[in-house]
Amino acid sequence: MNKTLLSALLIGTCLGLLAQERPIAFTNAYIIPVEGTDLTKGTLLIKGGKIIALGSNVLIPAEADVKDMKGQILMPGIVDSHSHIGSGEGADGSAPIQPEIRISDSINVENTSIRRAQAGGLTTVNVMPGSGHLLSGQTVYLKLRSGHTIDELAFEKTAGGYLGGMKMANGTNSRRSAGNFPGTRAKSASLVREQFIKAQAYQAKIKAAAGDASKMPARDLGMEALVEVLEGKRTVHHHTHRHDDIVTVLRLQKEFGFKVVLHHVSEAWAVADQIKAGGNNVIGASIIVVDSPGGKLETKEVRFSNGASLEQAGVLTGFHTDDPITDSRWFLRAGALAVRYGMSRQEALKAMTLNNAKLLGLDQRVGSLVVGKDADLVVLSGDPFSVYSKVQETWIEGRRVFNRLDPSDRKFATGGIGAAIDTVNHDALLEDESEDL
Amino acid sequence: MRVLLLTLFCLTLTAQDIAVRAEKLYTVSGAMITDGVIIIQKGKITAVGKASDIQVPEGMKVLRHKVAVPGLIDGHSTVGFSGLLNQPHDQDQVERSAPMQPELRAIDAYNPKDPLVRFLSNRGITTVHTGHGPGALISGQTLIAKTFGNTIDETVMVPEAMIAATLGDSIRNTEGKAPGTRSKAMAMLRSELLATQDFMKKRRVAKSGQEPDRSLRMEALIQVLRRERPLLITAQKSIDIMGALRLAKEFNIQLVLDGASDAHLLIQEIKTSGVSVIIHPLMTYPRGEMENMNLETPSLLQKAGIPFIFQSGYEAYVPKTRVVLWEAGMAAGNGLSFDQTLYAVTLGAARLLGIQGRVGSLEVGKDGDLALFTGDPFEWTTRCTGTIINGRLVSDGEALKD
Repeated sequence: MNKTLLSALLIGTCLGLLAQERPIAFTNAYIIPVEGTDLTKGTLLIKGGKIIALGSNVLIPAEADVKDMKGQILMPGIVDSHSHIGSGEGADGSAPIQPEIRISDSINVENTSIRRAQAGGLTTVNVMPGSGHLLSGQTVYLKLRSGHTIDELAFEKTAGGYLGGMKMANGTNSRRSAGNFPGTRAKSASLVREQFIKAQAYQAKIKAAAGDASKMPARDLGMEALVEVLEGKRTVHHHTHRHDDIVTVLRLQKEFGFKVVLHHVSEAWAVADQIKAGGNNVIGASIIVVDSPGGKLETKEVRFSNGASLEQAGVLTGFHTDDPITDSRWFLRAGALAVRYGMSRQEALKAMTLNNAKLLGLDQRVGSLVVGKDADLVVLSGDPFSVYSKVQETWIEGRRVFNRLDPSDRKFATGGIGAAIDTVNHDALLEDESEDL
Repeated sequence: MRVLLLTLFCLTLTAQDIAVRAEKLYTVSGAMITDGVIIIQKGKITAVGKASDIQVPEGMKVLRHKVAVPGLIDGHSTVGFSGLLNQPHDQDQVERSAPMQPELRAIDAYNPKDPLVRFLSNRGITTVHTGHGPGALISGQTLIAKTFGNTIDETVMVPEAMIAATLGDSIRNTEGKAPGTRSKAMAMLRSELLATQDFMKKRRVAKSGQEPDRSLRMEALIQVLRRERPLLITAQKSIDIMGALRLAKEFNIQLVLDGASDAHLLIQEIKTSGVSVIIHPLMTYPRGEMENMNLETPSLLQKAGIPFIFQSGYEAYVPKTRVVLWEAGMAAGNGLSFDQTLYAVTLGAARLLGIQGRVGSLEVGKDGDLALFTGDPFEWTTRCTGTIINGRLVSDGEALKD
């Protein structure tokens, strides 16, 4: 083979990896764009990894690969605002506050938990460091592309690493009787307050240096991350269950002004109005739906109707799997159960997609089927909220990452040998007393 | 007078006259009845049929619902033993002082008032097989109870149902005590059953007045050896399932396989052995011993003709209980037909548990236990709108505010 041809082939392959060039037209589908009304016989046209047209009368280019989706449903790729797939390890037991920790340093993108999430239709996921700390480190927003490195799966690379938030927790989660961990709620809040005051001082020093490198404070990775939090560049994802703990988060938010998303919120039904009154930087709440109350004292008053309560209060509401606490493969069930207990169907679908994208600040790119957004979509055999429906295909940026008709993909949906290997750290998370829920 | 009042009170508690008219009435023993009526008198079903064919007695209260099915049966749970709060004071499912304690009776520990029992009855579950859970080589006994009643006596159907045993990683002792390995666990079970056989023999041949001392432990296991009570063995991995089958054959025991997440890899072996399976909750997270679990196992068991039922299982953390209705629903969503799924969570479960004479289907003479729904019971968005136990409306089902 001559060199030119080889180079051409190589370049071609690289381009192929970078972007989907040939347009694909999904025709004849029932389309739920989430933003805008449903189309009963719609066409979705994608090219270069983006949505380029959507409607009932879309002109399909001659070179397009046309896929007849008769009888199937198309919806946006599902967004999970809180998960632990990829068997990452976050902060260790040495301190209750570790802002310098980056979960992106430990995620195994080959872990089968990621394949199972693809099988559930998940395309964008906030992977968080695990648990048992007031502040357990930096989260990372992933696109569940097929890839072998974190670079390939990161939603976006930034100067300092990868786009993500900051994981915090209160209540009993971060209490420990040993070491320098807090033993009470007031102590927990006090330690957090102290840390943010320290970060404010660090921020002031940077400001005072006014760009003069000789006047800059010594680099401190934890402080740098907390300054990003104070400046609203890194959203706090805050684990919190009880009504009083939720209110404590709101209080600390008010004191320091950071952007926050409240996670789990077992007693959201009791303080939905207070959450709503939290102001612009209280971005919203993300609910976990578990099959029964109890098991952990803080969740004994959890209600399935949290979704309905938050919707009624006008809070931007999303859902999360907290995988492995609930399984990514049937994440849609979370929205369905919220509908069972009074949330509107429309809002529940939004919660699984666009609202979650907003909670992560990624709604310009994902969360709905709108021209210009990433071509991330799920093909379903039926109603997204039916136990009988199957995720048939999952697409990310114009590439299919899951196809139920392919037996090697299918096993990640149904289970079976090899569908759940490499879950060592998942086990640790589930057995850890201070685990993440 | 006081006696009379008490009698009346008991009657109202246990027996009521009530009729239910449903757009779809699933009797399970027969075909689905469109616009059906069921009449319950003194706690028992006295008539079932098409509304046009059934005369509802004058003055009888008629409840109208979309869908009615027989009260649902949870094949294996620890509800009432592993309480909602998950604090030491409400966790009675496993006693860890010794690896084998078949003498532990379930009726001595069941709390019919634990909030999770109510949580289940609000979702149409009327009967639970519950008791000592997985986690000890022989953890103790199980019972079968209705999900309504203030005391064990009011609620229990079968006080001594099965003896619960476990094989696999969860019973491994890492502190130098037995059992520390799989082979040791099997050897211990074998020795215990041999000792029981020996005890039986001694009792049989002993002259009057020279019988061996009573042994609660032996007495419990004698029932297993006489096939009067099944041995429930929780085993997930292939090696442990095969161990359980081997043991059952060696001692001619009536085995019920519990969990069995590798069952889809051993269909032929299980079929040949003739045992029944109480399949693990399908929504368990796949990990550890259960890493091979497969949502399509129920449909594979069905195709092979292996009797199986569903369970909520034991949960150590969150959620503190699963809901057998929802676990069964996952099978309906993964290859098992609606009718097969409904059968497994009603009449199939009753048969496997040996209570088919009283519950499991809507037939004249059986207990008036019904679960009422807004639609297909297995759908995620369908709600339970009422639960009837012994003819008494014990719950209005799931509240929107739940």
